[in-house]
Amino acid sequence: MAQRETLIEVRGLVNRFGPQVVHDGLDLDVYRGEVLGVVGGSGTGKSVLLRTIVGLNQPAAGSIKVMGTDMLSAKRADRLAVERRWGVAFQDGALFSSLSVLQNVLAPMREHLNLSPALMKALGQLKITLVGLPPLACGKLPSELSGGMRKRASLARALALDPDIVFLDEPTAGLDPIGAAAYDDLIGELQRALGLTVFMVTHDLDSLYAICDRIAVLAEKRVLVTGPIEEMGAVDHPWVKEYFGGPRARAAAEKS
Amino acid sequence: MAAMQQPEVIVDQAPSGSVMRVSGPLRTEALGAVEGAFRKVPHGPLVVDLGGLTALDTGGAWLIADLMARFERDGLTVELARADAVQAALIDTVRAVVDTPEMAEDERETGLRALTERVGRSVVGTWQAAGLILGFFGLTLTRLVAALARPWRLRRAALFSQMEEAGLNAIPIVALMGFLIGIVLAFQGAAQLQQFGAEVFVVDLIAISILRELGILLTAIIVAGRSGSAFTASIGSMKVQEEIDAMRVLGLDPVDVLVVPRVLALVVMLPILGFVANMAGLFGGALMSWVDLGVSPGMFITRLHETAVSHLVVGMVKAPFFAVIIGVVACYQAMQVRGSATSVGQRTTASVVQAIFMVIVADALFSIFFAELGY
Repeated sequence: MAQRETLIEVRGLVNRFGPQVVHDGLDLDVYRGEVLGVVGGSGTGKSVLLRTIVGLNQPAAGSIKVMGTDMLSAKRADRLAVERRWGVAFQDGALFSSLSVLQNVLAPMREHLNLSPALMKALGQLKITLVGLPPLACGKLPSELSGGMRKRASLARALALDPDIVFLDEPTAGLDPIGAAAYDDLIGELQRALGLTVFMVTHDLDSLYAICDRIAVLAEKRVLVTGPIEEMGAVDHPWVKEYFGGPRARAAAEKS
Repeated sequence: MAAMQQPEVIVDQAPSGSVMRVSGPLRTEALGAVEGAFRKVPHGPLVVDLGGLTALDTGGAWLIADLMARFERDGLTVELARADAVQAALIDTVRAVVDTPEMAEDERETGLRALTERVGRSVVGTWQAAGLILGFFGLTLTRLVAALARPWRLRRAALFSQMEEAGLNAIPIVALMGFLIGIVLAFQGAAQLQQFGAEVFVVDLIAISILRELGILLTAIIVAGRSGSAFTASIGSMKVQEEIDAMRVLGLDPVDVLVVPRVLALVVMLPILGFVANMAGLFGGALMSWVDLGVSPGMFITRLHETAVSHLVVGMVKAPFFAVIIGVVACYQAMQVRGSATSVGQRTTASVVQAIFMVIVADALFSIFFAELGY
């Protein structure tokens, strides 16, 4: 494969919470235009890794470069320029509870874009419809939505600025299988159409098989192995073997 | 960054149909520059040439799809030319959702009719709220009595931690407040009484006003602001996080678990706090009388013996009632929290304002009651 542009470059990352070491010398590359699935057992620091890359968690050591900007030492203005180019969808949505769904999606546009209110509203409604929410959901408050709808609304907000990178934390957890498959299709389609780079923390084997170009397995406080899902069967590590060799993985593999 | 280039739209008009050339990066952040051009495309058969596009995202695709939808509604044909497969797919995706009907929006009605309606709604709402709070008051009282009848089933850990938080930790501020009120009363009273040579009556002034009214009333107001707001905010946040629902399905009654210990803690601690405020007030008053008027502490105490006891009783009797009012209003408001963090804030404000208001109303009723009794 030709040399691809590295969008996110994590080197020697160390994360510590008190005496507990979560990451110890973690290296990871994310290339432009790929869908990277991050898997790992509970407590291996998948979400911590995501939070560290997007700057919500200060690592103890290491470097993080996003689009060539060192996120730990760069000036505030440079960091902000990069932050505008990504969108984050949190696990539980993290929607602003006092704003309606539409206002939630418009919030980043209002802040960063210079567009007419009518166009902004139309784009907001477009994003909401794109993620598969009914038009009626626009005026609703997050507390009036189901868990799955909140996840979709959160994705709509993450896509508000048409970002280059989307970070998804367990995007399909809690969705029904049909909804999850539709969500996978949506991510795949957006990724192809927009050249989107997707960093996805997930446990959904169906998603891994359906849309992920590469898998990064977190274990033993670092990225144990990366590669396409077909190569995962050959990895000699008990957790990886159990994860990709179990009955659920076989079922997911047959489907794809 | 390279993305700073602006997209461009050029329209070539011809009698058979126009050709619209879009070039450059058509991305959301740059749409402001071409939004007008897309609105002003002349009516007629149209070919949209995307050959010069360097980037397209959903925002740009929406502009094109919206243009196509508008033209096709008027029976005109729009063709895409030189769009690559990815761009065409994206425009198709956006097309599919653009045609959905206009989203519902809640328009607020204005005018006299709407005003009347709002007034009516709030009157009915207030009436219903009064009924609800009375119901909650009754519920809390029955649970409180039930808990006191079987004290071994009381949640002691919760009760004592609330007593510490709402009572013990409030002692410094309450004592300081009482002390300052005593000083102010002595100082102001002295100025008036000196004109008549009746300095010694400053003791009666201080004793009656502090012991009978101010000590307990101001303590209640401080506790309403300090603990009432804390009750509403903490239980309200639990409501938002669905913790209250979790309790219900686990067979725990939120009134027993959350409300009873808090109200009981206040019922126990508010009289004590009131007493502390009274003593601090008397001390402040005595100090000021001594310094300013030369009323010696001995004389102060002698005068106090002649007036104080009945006033102290009248004051202290009110304390548990105020405590129940503060606790019940705070917990009731917490239970009314719906969904969002904003709601917690609104309810906390309502809790403090209502509790203070009700305490003052109750205080007024008590003065009439004791006046009729002849105390």
